[in-house]
Amino acid sequence: MKNEDKKSSRQHMPEQLPELRVRNFEEVPYGYSPEAAVKEAKRCLNCKRPGCMTGCPVQVNIPKFLSLIAKGNFAAAARTVKEKNALPGVTGRVCPQEIQCESGCILGKKGAPVAIGNLERFCADYERENNLIELPGKVPPTGRRVAVVGSGPSGLTVAGDLIRLGHDVVIFEALHKPGGVLFYGIPEFRLPKSIVEAEIDFLLKMGVKIELDSVIGNIRTVDELLTGDEFDAVFIGVGAGLPAFIKIPGMNLSGIYSANEYLTRANLMKAYLFPEYDTPLVRGKNVAVFGAGNVAMDSARTAMRLGADRVRIVYRRSRDEMPARHAEIHHAEEEGVEFFLLTAPTRFMGDESLRLTGVECLQMKLGEPDESGRRRPIPIEGSEFKLDCDLAIIAVGAGANPLLTKSTKDLKINKWGYIVTDPQTGKTMKRGVWAGGDIVTGQATVILAMGAGRKASGSIHHYLTWGW
Amino acid sequence: MYEVVRRDEIVPNIHLMVIKAPAIADKAKPGQFIIVMPDETGERVPFTISDWDTGKGTISIFFLEVGLSTAKMARIESGGKLYSVAGPLGMPTHIDKLGTVVLGGGCYGIGAIFPLARAMKEAGNRVISIIEARSAYLLYMEDSLKEFSDQLMVSTADGSRGMKGRVHEVLSRLIDSGEKIDRSYFIGCTFMMMNCSIVTRPHNIKTLVALNPIMVDGTGMCGCCRVTVKGNTKFACVDGPEFDGHEVDWQELFARRSLYLKEEAMAYQTYR
Repeated sequence: MKNEDKKSSRQHMPEQLPELRVRNFEEVPYGYSPEAAVKEAKRCLNCKRPGCMTGCPVQVNIPKFLSLIAKGNFAAAARTVKEKNALPGVTGRVCPQEIQCESGCILGKKGAPVAIGNLERFCADYERENNLIELPGKVPPTGRRVAVVGSGPSGLTVAGDLIRLGHDVVIFEALHKPGGVLFYGIPEFRLPKSIVEAEIDFLLKMGVKIELDSVIGNIRTVDELLTGDEFDAVFIGVGAGLPAFIKIPGMNLSGIYSANEYLTRANLMKAYLFPEYDTPLVRGKNVAVFGAGNVAMDSARTAMRLGADRVRIVYRRSRDEMPARHAEIHHAEEEGVEFFLLTAPTRFMGDESLRLTGVECLQMKLGEPDESGRRRPIPIEGSEFKLDCDLAIIAVGAGANPLLTKSTKDLKINKWGYIVTDPQTGKTMKRGVWAGGDIVTGQATVILAMGAGRKASGSIHHYLTWGW
Repeated sequence: MYEVVRRDEIVPNIHLMVIKAPAIADKAKPGQFIIVMPDETGERVPFTISDWDTGKGTISIFFLEVGLSTAKMARIESGGKLYSVAGPLGMPTHIDKLGTVVLGGGCYGIGAIFPLARAMKEAGNRVISIIEARSAYLLYMEDSLKEFSDQLMVSTADGSRGMKGRVHEVLSRLIDSGEKIDRSYFIGCTFMMMNCSIVTRPHNIKTLVALNPIMVDGTGMCGCCRVTVKGNTKFACVDGPEFDGHEVDWQELFARRSLYLKEEAMAYQTYR
């Protein structure tokens, strides 16, 4: 490699201009051209001890796939990623690379790290768009059967890993589309659904089966899956599907949504295409979004695209404590989303037909750090003010949905309802049952759920081979 | 895709749909519901399960054609397909020997009280079923209900059959006649369930209603169906759909149910 390639700066990812994208649902970044990808990949120094890999929860062989891109062998690069990551088009888009692989890149010490995420996305897109997807070679079937409950990132990872090892895998999904949060939660402009569908399709082609509309706990219990000879092991990856609301008056006024509902209507049910699709959604002119994580940014940016005049993020702490990725906050700001920081709602107000008209807020100041290490917000007395809004979205997190856990005997859950597992293996206290992702950790990221899936699949494979 | 074994307009605008769904039929219990998407672009809409046949692997629902989703369903012929059917959802009704049980149904609720009548009768209760319709030609299910009811009381708003009036009026007369009621259940439109709850309240008759707010996933994931019961927020899909009618905030339920009236009307009128 020539020296100038090493020194070249990080390739910029072109994206839709804010004034255009703010009213459409097309993806914001356009992706790298092959030339830019090669140039970027050539920046990799091929470290002897690659720090990037230690930062990857699913241990993708990053130096190898980067060097394949540098040589112009894009499809081989994609296949290298897929050996460890069934969803490269997804993670290339939604992983917080800045705190994972890219944070371990030596180039980051003095300048910008290699854009590993952008390159992962590039090779996955290249392989898919050029119809170069090839199935890995078949391994002899083991005759063992695994049930995976939930088709989100952790479940898909378990399925992908175990099918490659010759086990039979059936995924049970409660909704009518597979993908979990990838489908119902993350908006089209950040993660096109066609990419989720293509990556799931790859798993189906490898032999994974998916049973849709199957609410495990109701239509069948985990115990029933394990009875008889049907399944040898069960992995539970049902996510943290219980929306949190704020305990203030007026919470049930019409026009107040949980972020889960708002995004599910928009993404899964395609309400942004109403009336072409039948599911409606309040198209607020004056929107208030409560919370400042990635889900809040997704909600705010969706509301913008659905024709809002003003969208405000209302957050009780300051900018430094906002949990969303910088890139997401930046994109939201570019699109005109306003930030009302150090502001907390005290009550929602409605008209005589119980339709939301506004929210009363209180200004806060930061006090001493609380148990989360973040400085605790303290109300400033007499600072009440009213914010007019006709749509409010509550994005203050999610808890454990008890639907499955309460129907499963001997499953140990903690006081918040999350499943207790061995952190190294994902084993639950119930024989033959593993769990991972948000139903164990509480709301986290796609890639952490995939990492949990990876650990569980290794342990499940060990169990199917050697016993509990 | 799920096969529609049978779809019949049993009285004007009310349809019976029998759906092939063996796994749901195996698990269905009185009081539970399913969520149906008629086609890929459709909404997710809840329907009370009215009957099931584990032998044939089928479940039955009754529905009134009232908007776009039900219009689509009303145009699926026997042998046709539904895009998505999920269930059984919600908490089943607690069935026990309680004494005298009154079941009130209107509209789709006439069909929906049937599994309750059957289960309550089989549990050894004295079952009094009260059904209502605007007019005689809109009544259905009478024979099936009679089979599992000690008494079937029929009412019509125009007096063309049975007693003139609505379920809550028949109920009121029944209570005035000295009938001792140990438990009452009402399924039908929100207005009817509210009115019946108002009638039983001063008599301290335990009253359960199957609430019908708008839902999306039906598994407690979205909170769209939240209702206020005794001052607390509950999710009708997983905590219900059955709640104590004396504790429900009816005004809020009406408001939340009518959030999309404009969009619903537009979508229905432009449907071809």
